[in-house]
Amino acid sequence: MNFEDTPEEARYRAQVRTWIADNAPDLEGLSTQERRNWHPRHKEVARRWQARKADAGYACISWPQDWGGAGGTAIQEAIFNQEEARAGVQFTYFMTGLNMLLPALLEHNRDALSLARVPPAVRGEEIWCQLFSEPASGSDSAGIRCTATRDGDDWVINGQKVWNSGAHVADYGMLVARTDPDLPKHKGMTVFWLDMKTPGLEVRPIRVMSGEAELNEVFLDEVRIPDAQRVGEVNGGWKVVISTLMNERAALGSGTGLSWRDVMQLAGSTPDGDGTVLQDPAFREWLADYYVRVEAVRLLSFRTLTSLSRGETPGPESSAGKLLWSNNTQEMTGHALDLQDHFGLLDGDEALAGGAFQHRFLWAPGLRLGGGTDEIMKNIIAERVLGLPGDIRVDKHVPFREIPHGR
Amino acid sequence: MNFDYSDEQKALKDQARRFLSDVCAPQVVRAVLEDPGRDHDAALWSRIGAQGWCGAAIPEAYGGFAFGYVELCGLAEELGRAVAPVPFASSIYQFAEALLQAGSEAQKLALLPDVASGALIGTLAFSEGPGIMSAQRLATQFSNGALNGVKIPVTDGCAAQRAVVLARNDTGTGLYLVDLEGPGVSRRSLSSIDPTRGAAELRFDNAPAEPLPGDDGLAQLARIHDRTAVLLAFEQLGGADRALEMARDYALERYAFGRQIGSYQAIKHKLADVFVKNEVARANAYYGAWALAGDAPELPLAAAAARVAASEAYWFAAKENIQAHGGIGFTWEADCHFYYRRAGHLGLAIGGRREWQRRLTDRLEASMASEQAAGARAA
Repeated sequence: MNFEDTPEEARYRAQVRTWIADNAPDLEGLSTQERRNWHPRHKEVARRWQARKADAGYACISWPQDWGGAGGTAIQEAIFNQEEARAGVQFTYFMTGLNMLLPALLEHNRDALSLARVPPAVRGEEIWCQLFSEPASGSDSAGIRCTATRDGDDWVINGQKVWNSGAHVADYGMLVARTDPDLPKHKGMTVFWLDMKTPGLEVRPIRVMSGEAELNEVFLDEVRIPDAQRVGEVNGGWKVVISTLMNERAALGSGTGLSWRDVMQLAGSTPDGDGTVLQDPAFREWLADYYVRVEAVRLLSFRTLTSLSRGETPGPESSAGKLLWSNNTQEMTGHALDLQDHFGLLDGDEALAGGAFQHRFLWAPGLRLGGGTDEIMKNIIAERVLGLPGDIRVDKHVPFREIPHGR
Repeated sequence: MNFDYSDEQKALKDQARRFLSDVCAPQVVRAVLEDPGRDHDAALWSRIGAQGWCGAAIPEAYGGFAFGYVELCGLAEELGRAVAPVPFASSIYQFAEALLQAGSEAQKLALLPDVASGALIGTLAFSEGPGIMSAQRLATQFSNGALNGVKIPVTDGCAAQRAVVLARNDTGTGLYLVDLEGPGVSRRSLSSIDPTRGAAELRFDNAPAEPLPGDDGLAQLARIHDRTAVLLAFEQLGGADRALEMARDYALERYAFGRQIGSYQAIKHKLADVFVKNEVARANAYYGAWALAGDAPELPLAAAAARVAASEAYWFAAKENIQAHGGIGFTWEADCHFYYRRAGHLGLAIGGRREWQRRLTDRLEASMASEQAAGARAA
């Protein structure tokens, strides 16, 4: 058991820490509004940072060089990510493409058209989004109804996608569609990539309960794309989907945002009787329980690193990290508001910490839904870690078109 | 970076698991549970002693085998899994640690070799009554080379031959070594929630006692208990993992409404919740083991976190194991209550949940203050 870098890792960390300090973009010039995710000026800063990283060999560090990566190790990439987060210059715009979708694309496609999409994505010039979920296909991710019909050298796509993070700014998307409804549901799907400006494709933002609109609906009406943009085999899409989803869960469990230090500071500056909330034994007991759960997320990421450093793939036990991280965040925001008493309901200019806790309070429900709901993560743990039986599936061995469905 | 035992440590753990499954099967635990005359299994204790486990972290200079603390953590995990009815925690995580951390060279040389072989059982006596211990309420007194007072409860107080005792003195508090078989000591066995771990009252009436060096017994005790906390966290983790396995196995063999109960999400999600808490305990325990083995400055914080997480995990796993078993889990005949009892015992020994939660937050405050001070120096 060792929670320290090897001498080699420590040297690499020192090197990237210096490089980040010398090259990191300055967000000082942006207003509070402009600093929010998806603001055009915020996105522009992120794009420039990504290009600078690519020039210096710090973009896609673990990818092979012929994919446009730096040919480094997974550990180096993880160390760079940690240092980037530490410096507050980690941006989410390129993660869907670079962590989930393009590795799957490159795994299956080696044609010139597909390969041409890689360098601009690595440099942050092109953003990718995922077009998987549908109104009737959320946790049931193989239940998609969007269709792709072969017409000569093309496929014609009709249907609707939903919860597509960043689709409103994305240049390209990866989409899964039903190509044979006479096969059982996992077997009749095919994955494609497409230009988000293809005629017939319309993106409509969804306003979520916290007020943001970074999630979207995507409508596809007679969208025509060439067969060359197919990813993997016809009717072999489930394999592609699974590899991208596992990448998503590994990435989501890493943990970001407000820390126990922020809550402790908040409690220390909030009056309670003659002292502060930080002196309240009930608060102190809660903080201890909260700390061990957030600390576990940090420490469990070291297990992921350990697997990576041995050249192994992190297992399904990493689902625990995602469950913990999302629930920790929601519970913490509830507590952070409560400790302010009546004042905790304010979320504007008067709010403590600029309203950061209230903002997270309203955002937290989504963390437990996106990237695999709590319930799906628990099924994964129960079935794939503990070896309990899968649910009885009435839809598994029947042709897709015979599966009953609601609205 | 290595979030795991080494191959050698895994081999030691595997060997320990095989050994304990031979010599510490559930009927061995049950025999102690059901015999009011026994508070541990003496035969099992000597077999464990013969394996060299008692000396796993004791330096060779004091007759130990110096495998290391991570190795001792691995053994603790296996002993916890087996709910072993032996005074290992009292003698090794507490008494030996007290001598190693606070004892004089002469005391170490005189006692540790016998502790390391298992020939001598020791314990640590600190509690005196209900509630979190405080300096103000500490009544046991040391003066003129002798102790007077009552310690209750003392784990393995009847099985032990020696104890390190917390007491007040003319100037403050201190730790004192007492021969429990000597004059001025009377002791009686007490009934407890876990009869496989002995509880006792120790009464000192001018009992001759020898001070351990040092002039702040409470602070010394806290340092010793940080080390105990990490080791106990591994026993708790081992028990929690075993309770989860029992629940999983039962959920696979028990049928209701025509299917395995483990196919219902009510059971699957419950056991996934147990798994997540065990992962929280494992992560914090491993970090504690690293801090303990390297005597890292992070030890006080890591130890408190390991204890808080492990106590919660074992309690949750033990109670939900009974729940998953249904009515059979509530019977005397089923083994589920071994884990429930031990979870309760271990969660209270060396101080309960509130005490360690508060201690953890004290240390978080200290840690943040030192981070800020370091930040100010850097700026």
